Amino acid sequence: MTDQSEPFSGRRWHDMGGDAAGEIPTDQHDFSLWEKRVDALMIIASGKGHFTVDGLRRVLEDMGEDAFETMTYYERWIMSVNQNLIEAGVYSTSELAQRMTEVAARGATYGEAASE
Amino acid sequence: MSNPQYMRVRHDMPPGHVRTPSYLRGKVGWIERTLGPFANPEELAYGRNGPALPLMRMRFTMSEVWGPDADPPDDTIDAEIYSHWLEPVEPPHAT
Amino acid sequence: MPHDHHDHLSPSGHPYRPDDDHPLTYWQQMEIAVRELLIEKGVTTAQEINAQIDAMDARTPSNGAAVVARAWTDPVFRSDLLTDASAATRAMGFDIGPMKLIALENTPDTHNIVVCTLCSCYPRNLLGLPPDWYKSRAYRSRTVKEPRKVLAEFGVTLPPATTVRVHDSTADMRYVVIPTRPAGTEGWRADELSKLVTRDSMIGTGLAKTPGAL
Repeated sequence: MTDQSEPFSGRRWHDMGGDAAGEIPTDQHDFSLWEKRVDALMIIASGKGHFTVDGLRRVLEDMGEDAFETMTYYERWIMSVNQNLIEAGVYSTSELAQRMTEVAARGATYGEAASE
Repeated sequence: MSNPQYMRVRHDMPPGHVRTPSYLRGKVGWIERTLGPFANPEELAYGRNGPALPLMRMRFTMSEVWGPDADPPDDTIDAEIYSHWLEPVEPPHAT
Repeated sequence: MPHDHHDHLSPSGHPYRPDDDHPLTYWQQMEIAVRELLIEKGVTTAQEINAQIDAMDARTPSNGAAVVARAWTDPVFRSDLLTDASAATRAMGFDIGPMKLIALENTPDTHNIVVCTLCSCYPRNLLGLPPDWYKSRAYRSRTVKEPRKVLAEFGVTLPPATTVRVHDSTADMRYVVIPTRPAGTEGWRADELSKLVTRDSMIGTGLAKTPGAL
């Protein structure tokens, strides 16, 4: 984490080249279906011009270091994809809110909630 | 290599989305190759699309970036830097 | 039927990430909602999403290994690859989409290693999705400053006379390393050679396997 005792130089948290850090982690996981779907939504929606990979990164960066430390990669991605789609006017926050509530009401697991 | 073209990365620290790593800002490298033109990510990130810019593959020595104690100093770092982040300089070691 | 994936490993030997039979998370809820809205708005279709997932699943390090092995055995292709890696890999039949690729050739004098310090840019349209360590703070932070220590953690120790070139994928290009062809492989066919080419050797954190390691 950033040393809070130093004055802010303007360097942002994601710009981490050259920082001291520990050993490279060797853990590896296979991607689950929901993660692959997030990846696919990013590629498709950006490929069709609704936003850019730069827009994806901009939101990921603005989410801050805590998000990087506490959320998984594709959790951060879906948050950024969603933010970019709302900014692009593809759907509204209200539409998203209602749909998320409907999704949660379908069941307690991803498998149940993902099937209408 | 004959007559490498040296450039300094601007030592700016703006907020917002930029693709110039801070560890290279203020450092002098040479153009490894020229790419592009490509649209400016600083515009694209905010939903705008400004004019395309040349993109330079810059090469820096470890000693330039991390100081003379870099080990070993002749290893290099290459990075792509958009042209508006670069300013011409004299070669660091006149021949 | 609920069961605990933690006791099991996937076919590739890695643990499954909690998925279908674990409690729905807020972010999964969002993924489902976003996907359904995109389909309803006509941005995409369920078929297109499935096809995109299949296309990404088909991109694996074996694609890159085939490219490397051909570069080792076909001097014209090697030259084409070093000139324009996007065009050369497409001509070989790989669907790399819009990716702009540069091939970096290792030699006895030079070792190349690729990182993305600002995020986790990776030649995914050739090699598939990156390994988790490539996206880690440790790899992103340290590789540009102490590449030889990073390499040592991956079990690679280079002679002091070898120049290490670190490539930070900061913008529009993606990079694939062409590892050095191992000794003792004279006369091998490309399909045999490709078995020596590991994912890490194409990132630069590894070397190609030696014939004895097969």
